[in-house]
Amino acid sequence: MKGNEAVAHAAIRYGCDGYFGYPITPQSEVLETLEALMPWETTGMVVLQAESEVAAINMVYGGAASGKAVMTSSSSPGISLKQEGISYMAGAFLPALILNVMRGGPGLGTIQPSQADYFQATKGGGHGDYHLIVLAPSSVQEMVDFVGLGFDLAFKYRVPSMILADGIVGQMMEKVVLPPFRPRRTDEEIRKQCPWATNGRTGKRKRNVVTSLELESSRMEEVNHRLQECYREIEKAETRCEEIDTDDADYLIVAFGSIARICAKAMELAREKGIKVGILRPITLWPFPKEAVRKAADGKKGILCVELNAGQMIEDVRLAIHDCIPVEHYGRLGGIIPSPTEIVEALENKIIEK
Amino acid sequence: MKQEIIIAGFGGQGVLMMGKILAYSGLMDDKEVTWMPSYGPEQRGGTANVTVILSDDRISSPVLDAYDVVVALNQQSIDKFSGRVKPGGILIYDSNGIHNPPVRSDITILPIDAMEATFRIGHPKAYNMVVLGALLEAMPYKLPMENVAKGLMKSLPERHHNLIPLNREAIEIGRKLLSK
Repeated sequence: MKGNEAVAHAAIRYGCDGYFGYPITPQSEVLETLEALMPWETTGMVVLQAESEVAAINMVYGGAASGKAVMTSSSSPGISLKQEGISYMAGAFLPALILNVMRGGPGLGTIQPSQADYFQATKGGGHGDYHLIVLAPSSVQEMVDFVGLGFDLAFKYRVPSMILADGIVGQMMEKVVLPPFRPRRTDEEIRKQCPWATNGRTGKRKRNVVTSLELESSRMEEVNHRLQECYREIEKAETRCEEIDTDDADYLIVAFGSIARICAKAMELAREKGIKVGILRPITLWPFPKEAVRKAADGKKGILCVELNAGQMIEDVRLAIHDCIPVEHYGRLGGIIPSPTEIVEALENKIIEK
Repeated sequence: MKQEIIIAGFGGQGVLMMGKILAYSGLMDDKEVTWMPSYGPEQRGGTANVTVILSDDRISSPVLDAYDVVVALNQQSIDKFSGRVKPGGILIYDSNGIHNPPVRSDITILPIDAMEATFRIGHPKAYNMVVLGALLEAMPYKLPMENVAKGLMKSLPERHHNLIPLNREAIEIGRKLLSK
């Protein structure tokens, strides 16, 4: 099935309580598939097409505040519209899942694939000092797996998670194994898991307040420190990446999402030519796998960052290794997808012959 | 076994659907599969193409620049993809309306008249199934017909399952275009 369809199936099977969305190419199949599957008749999951992206993200805020497992999905211009709500959720310590199937920008841009929202996703996106947990799937199977992982991490740390996919993963069809059905949590279970949620006072518990507003500066600073402590914990425990043949390699390619797959093909072609390349694929873009990149870079002659943008992740790579070896960027813009041969040529021209 | 295939033509010719049936047939034959379409406005009348990869092993890139088999259903697709057939590979094209046929000596070029064959069935919508038949016949990897039948069941919505016999007939006619 398609990556977008797979997300819809995975959400229902996870026991998701609500999806609030608004159609935009290349991710409309998420909403369409959910509507076709009609989970409100089976699991009771709410599926709602809101009047706009802004409405959808604020519905997510509301659902999350009551401890429900809720999500939304959109593509780049729509995700920009959601940024205010995302920042508010981060400030209010709310768990939720947001899927961005990236397309080319800026502005309305193009409907073709892109990875140009890396900065927006990993550095905050909205206002204020905050991060999302950002997962980058490179296959339809990971689109499925990251729905569960994204929700689990969001609830564990009370931080919104984002799946940062692109038009390729969203539109392509592959073989998938879907997880078993899990029932939605009962109100009792939600009360236990989310003692902070505003889901009605039972007995004599203190009033819960979910807000990102704090006018007393010293208390606001405290809230900010709590957020930062939480981020440090996530950095320690939840950094993920995949390495392919990095041990014997002379050169390293760092790429995420679907582009890492194209790089894997480029790696095969390069190795046929006798060029020893390895690939490091960050799976969590935030927290960025700094340690792994530093270790993988050790002893290499150079790094090529391949991204569908003008050079965004390359900044994190250079920071991770303190520029101790040459790092170059190769990317295509505007929805053009580089071919494996093109990537090998870039490696030869930008790194090897330099 | 690994087959890297691209099918290209006009939007509306059934290019994506044909790729989908091929991918599902491969899935039913226990292969790893990837189906990567051109999407968006192209589906509605421009040029459309779909890359299908069938493999015994894990598939790396869904996007390629050289193919084992190219199926080109209009002049633009021939112009664009005939140079991207791997040496020793296969290029199948529908010869209708082609004024500039492909010329390469290092690949097998197979012109077919799928349009005429489709008219013989009297069901113009089965055009893509005729082409699929020709592709299945020419492809080095021989997909068992029973798995193609399962692929049809999987990829067609149930309300269209009554059309499966017609589709199978069209596939057989397509096969005969290239079986000697």
